[in-house]
Amino acid sequence: MIVIVDYGLGNLASIGNMIRKAGGKCLISGDPDRIAGAEKILLPGVGHFAAGMEHIHSKGLEAVLNDKALKQQVPVLGICLGMQLMARHSSEGDVRGLGWFDADVRHFRTEQMQSLKVPHMGWSDIHLAGTHALFPAVEEQQRFYFVHSYHMVCDREEDILASAEYGYRFTCAVSRDNTIGLQFHPEKSHRFGLEVMKRFVQWNP
Amino acid sequence: MRRIRIIPVLGIEGGQLVKTVDFKNPNYIGDPLNAIKIFNDKEVDELTIVDIRASKNKAEPNYRLIGEMAGECFMPLAYGGGINQADQARRLFDLGVEKVIIGSSFYTNPDIVSQLAVRYGAQSIVVCLDVDKGLIGKWKVKSVSGTRKQEQNPEALAIRAANAGAGEIVLHAIHKEGAMSGYDLPLIQLVSAAVGVPVVALGGARGIPDFLDAIQAGASAVAASSTFIYNRNNVRSILINYPTQKQLSEELFNKI
Repeated sequence: MIVIVDYGLGNLASIGNMIRKAGGKCLISGDPDRIAGAEKILLPGVGHFAAGMEHIHSKGLEAVLNDKALKQQVPVLGICLGMQLMARHSSEGDVRGLGWFDADVRHFRTEQMQSLKVPHMGWSDIHLAGTHALFPAVEEQQRFYFVHSYHMVCDREEDILASAEYGYRFTCAVSRDNTIGLQFHPEKSHRFGLEVMKRFVQWNP
Repeated sequence: MRRIRIIPVLGIEGGQLVKTVDFKNPNYIGDPLNAIKIFNDKEVDELTIVDIRASKNKAEPNYRLIGEMAGECFMPLAYGGGINQADQARRLFDLGVEKVIIGSSFYTNPDIVSQLAVRYGAQSIVVCLDVDKGLIGKWKVKSVSGTRKQEQNPEALAIRAANAGAGEIVLHAIHKEGAMSGYDLPLIQLVSAAVGVPVVALGGARGIPDFLDAIQAGASAVAASSTFIYNRNNVRSILINYPTQKQLSEELFNKI
């Protein structure tokens, strides 16, 4: 069972819809006991980083998430804010994150945006730095839906799975062992996202 | 290549898909779920659904229908119509809607925008400005299905919406609606330059050349209704359509 972690932020219904369409079974829960029993974790989220961490703390979820991701090493997929929370720190609210990636979350560098407006809201092509069980090499250009004002900046080149361009190239997907984080929304990205979700459902790292 | 969002807008009334001009003379198009399935197959960037009577009739959003529609949408979905309280928005998000569009209640209860933005993030809160152009050529913002005039001008209201926390502004030119004579470009220029948040142009588009004009005038995304619903060659016959990625790349994305 995939547990979609409900910490009070994000469009959980859409993610549940897409997992079911991808043939997976899922449960939406913010209960640490339920999360402890998960075979896979989906960390969703849309909104403010500091609010996200605050909710995780107030619901007492950090310990169980750390346990699942780092100790038990079950597959974990973070989407949008859920991806950013895996970093060690965000300038959005100047707070620490879960720290699973040696990375910081920073606002788009607006001085490099020309006339582009932030948030980056819309579809962008992604460019894979390598392949991954969720992102095998395919011929067709993959495009995904993004909504964000902040993006992850990694210390380690090898954590970067893909980048996209908005004003400049930024990291839009990261992976390390059993954890993968996507800045974009596979649940809202038609067949491109459906394929990613199908592979997550089948993924056994 | 920078992609621009191209957003079909669907009007609903009493569970039916309708097309109106200036909020009048509803033309019944058919079943909204069927239309959404077709737009899914066509891989549209995003979809907007507006209940054109909810505010005027002081009706609640039709949650059952919206939930069914959201369940079929594998692209972002925005909903507008009849939202005047924060808990209505919560219910809509729980159904799988990504963005709520605030129209009439922005004027009667301006706090709703900031309340929602703080709670759910600016990216999920859209303010729609319905702008009309009178005989002497002055823009007038209207509310409640176009029946009530607002005193402030469009750019002042856009700034107010952005300051309140709206993540995006839909700039709907009522006088261009259904007219298929192109967007109101000076209006787009004026409002896009006034705010730092994305402006979505709506009203008057006939096709890709108009989308390009709107983007060049400063819009960050484009929306349209008639052009995606009617057959181009036979204006009153219904044919749900959407440009292909190849067309969009060649005729739009590569030109910006």
